[in-house]
Amino acid sequence: MEMKNAIELSHVTKRFGEVVANDDVNLTVREGEILSILGENGSGKTTLMNMLSGIYFPDEGSIKVKGQEVTITSPKDAFDLGIGMIHQHFKLIDVMTAAENIILGLEGKQILNMDKVKKQVQELTATYGFDLNPDQKIYDMSVSQKQTVEIIKVLYRGADILILDEPTAVLTPQEIDKLFAVLRNMRSAGKSIIIITHKLNEVMELSDRVAVLRKGKYIGTVETRTATIESLTEMMVGEKVSLDIDRSEPHDRHKRIEMRGITVRNAEGTKVIKEASFTSYSGEILGVAGISGNGQKELLEAIAGLQFIESGEILYYSPEGEVKKISDMKADEIRKLKISFSFVPEDRLGMGLVGDMDLTGNMMIRSYRNGHGFFADRKKPRKLAEKIVDQLEVSTPSVETAVRRLSGGNVQKVLVGREIASQPTVLMVAYPVRGLDINSSYTIYNLLNEQKEKGVSVICVGEDLDVLLDLCDRILVLSGGEVAGIVDARTTTKQELGLLMTGHKKSGKEKEVLS
Amino acid sequence: MSKVHTVSSKEPLFHMIKRDGISAGKAWAIRLIAVVLSLIVCAVVIVAITHQNPLEVYAGIISGAVGTKRRIWVTIRETLLLLLVAIGLTPAFRMRFWNIGAEGQILLGGIASAGLMIAFGNVLPGWLLLLLILVASMIAGMIWGLIPAIFKATFNTNETLFTLMLNYVAMQLVTFCIVYWEKPAGSNTVGIINGDSKAGWFPALFGSDYGLSVILVLAVTLLVHIYMKYSKQGYEINVVGESQNTARYAGINVTAVIIRTMMISGAICGLAGAVVVSGASHTISTSTAGGRGFTAIIVAWMSKFHPGAMILVSLFLVFMQQGSIQIASQFGLNENASDIITGILLFFLIGCEFFIRYQLEFRKKKQEKEVQA
Repeated sequence: MEMKNAIELSHVTKRFGEVVANDDVNLTVREGEILSILGENGSGKTTLMNMLSGIYFPDEGSIKVKGQEVTITSPKDAFDLGIGMIHQHFKLIDVMTAAENIILGLEGKQILNMDKVKKQVQELTATYGFDLNPDQKIYDMSVSQKQTVEIIKVLYRGADILILDEPTAVLTPQEIDKLFAVLRNMRSAGKSIIIITHKLNEVMELSDRVAVLRKGKYIGTVETRTATIESLTEMMVGEKVSLDIDRSEPHDRHKRIEMRGITVRNAEGTKVIKEASFTSYSGEILGVAGISGNGQKELLEAIAGLQFIESGEILYYSPEGEVKKISDMKADEIRKLKISFSFVPEDRLGMGLVGDMDLTGNMMIRSYRNGHGFFADRKKPRKLAEKIVDQLEVSTPSVETAVRRLSGGNVQKVLVGREIASQPTVLMVAYPVRGLDINSSYTIYNLLNEQKEKGVSVICVGEDLDVLLDLCDRILVLSGGEVAGIVDARTTTKQELGLLMTGHKKSGKEKEVLS
Repeated sequence: MSKVHTVSSKEPLFHMIKRDGISAGKAWAIRLIAVVLSLIVCAVVIVAITHQNPLEVYAGIISGAVGTKRRIWVTIRETLLLLLVAIGLTPAFRMRFWNIGAEGQILLGGIASAGLMIAFGNVLPGWLLLLLILVASMIAGMIWGLIPAIFKATFNTNETLFTLMLNYVAMQLVTFCIVYWEKPAGSNTVGIINGDSKAGWFPALFGSDYGLSVILVLAVTLLVHIYMKYSKQGYEINVVGESQNTARYAGINVTAVIIRTMMISGAICGLAGAVVVSGASHTISTSTAGGRGFTAIIVAWMSKFHPGAMILVSLFLVFMQQGSIQIASQFGLNENASDIITGILLFFLIGCEFFIRYQLEFRKKKQEKEVQA
């Protein structure tokens, strides 16, 4: 069957200074297909798509859309050609409704006919099976609803080639299913869909063909039905990779952190953690699951002394057998007690690291106080930075590079590397592999397991339930700031976790099964 | 699909590419070209507006700034003052604390200096009085920096408004002091303090009245540079400035850092007050600070807080300022003429930074494209 090509890229090259982000890439997208673009971190997936959507301009090569050679110099050009991109970070205005966001920036008559707009939006949602109320304000929406608005925004502008950058990164299993159904509907309607992703099971489930990029180079395109997860991984990484997480039985379990009835209010005065109680032990990984924004961030920050605790107490049991109440202490006071917490926060560049500082400077965040003098020691942090770059294979021009200039995966390696280097007794990590590719992810999982075997109490907030089930010993599920249950990761199922996440509490007795 | 033709198939004339790095020589060459271009544009403007020979006007500016030994010293003195205030602002600005109250902090330092000179001029030995003046002016400036810092740290008040308003309070304080220190009576000015005994004046050093100022300012510049770059406290300032969340995460007491840093910032600006009053004017008035507290903000920003660059930028601004006074009298122009020239120069100098960071890639030749196609 002869299929028409919606997009043809030939010999496209894009350089950023010395870095070649895309090197002589050839790629075709057919009409009415779902194409996955698969690649490791920094392999140039997003850069390539940004050239299609008019954000970057290629240094070399040509782009054909529907058979015609075109020049795309701005997002407007891209829209005129029917290309729309849904970015990973939504570009919506919170205080406006869905419909208002959808028409934002479009030209039109002097008098705005919102009813007509709403009707058109409703037609679109009905056609493709979306679930959206055009009058709902963005701030009232879940992540998945916001994504829907972004997609409709693009469709409303008449796009028939849609590019989605990591669309499933923040969705729950049920929401992912819904999104995929909608995307399949669009494909049936003849639209071309490009998905940038690194989640292999989604690639297998959804796409017709897979194009693989590696280090900026185009490796090839394969039909999904002839591919396997293993073969795709090999194309992507360039070598065979083992995808197993080595989980050992916890040994030498001792209490480390005990939280008793903690309640935390945020700046707006809403309770974000309600009467939460749990215990973490040395030598185990305690997973924390929940729908995004159900108190995961605050739970970790409360332990780290970064939240104001309204009631309840947190106790720390040191390996030497001392018990300290840390719930009324701030981060600097906890530090002074020589309690060795490590914390990899969700907001890497806004909390864990300083974007404009170089690697050495970022190592100093934990160690600059060391030594008695007035001056800060830069030599040891520098050595540590070099060690982390070496051991975790961080790709950076030098340790003098500002971390802001590194890719997401490398930023995370720098942060996790630093936190582990301080030899913690408790290691808290939030979304440790968010935005990371397979290889980096497994590097991080292995690091967490290493820490567990060293007797560290690891608390890991995660979003990928499959991974939590494979990695953790116990999983704590948060729902609306409450502990909905703590389950054994070896025996529980995704379905059970899903129920707990949506607020189906376990009865009190069962909750304490393992603690 | 009918829309396709609306997009031109031509490659744009040029597009910007971010440079990965640029050699120092090349960067300075770009700046030099910018200066030459700006002088040409200035010349056109001068001829068009004033009908003067631009070369003569340029010569007038140079003569005004460095024409005689006295003028050279005045230029040096003013440069140093501006530099000192800019250095004083640096720690606060690095912390993203927008201290625009340097003007008031200078005045407070000036009040402390003048007060001590008047009160102890004939009592204390010269060296002790001078030492006292330096210390007291720093403390006075420190207090003026401390007030907004405490309010910022405890009530999260807006420091920009707060420091700005304190400038006016400082001016009123000066007016208040003048009432008491008035000399001769009824003149509503303080006059030259200790004109005979020169008590509390900066002593001549290296054959110049401003020798001590030079040493003082350069020493402070060096110390602040070292403090910001190598000390633990300097590191804390940088972290707080980048992200208060990261600072809290690192266990830094943000409140304490804000207060401490503003004390340092205010103290240096207060010291600048002593350098003006004891080291140069030997009197005090509401215009003692002379807008330096604001000009210094430009200096600090333009030089991206780099001390070496700060010296150059201060020198440039003062050079043009001094030159403008000269051409105003020599050619009967008003001083705004020099402001126009300064403006054009700044436009080119700041604008050329773009070409240091980016390069333009022009459309490739048509033939080449056709061959490819």
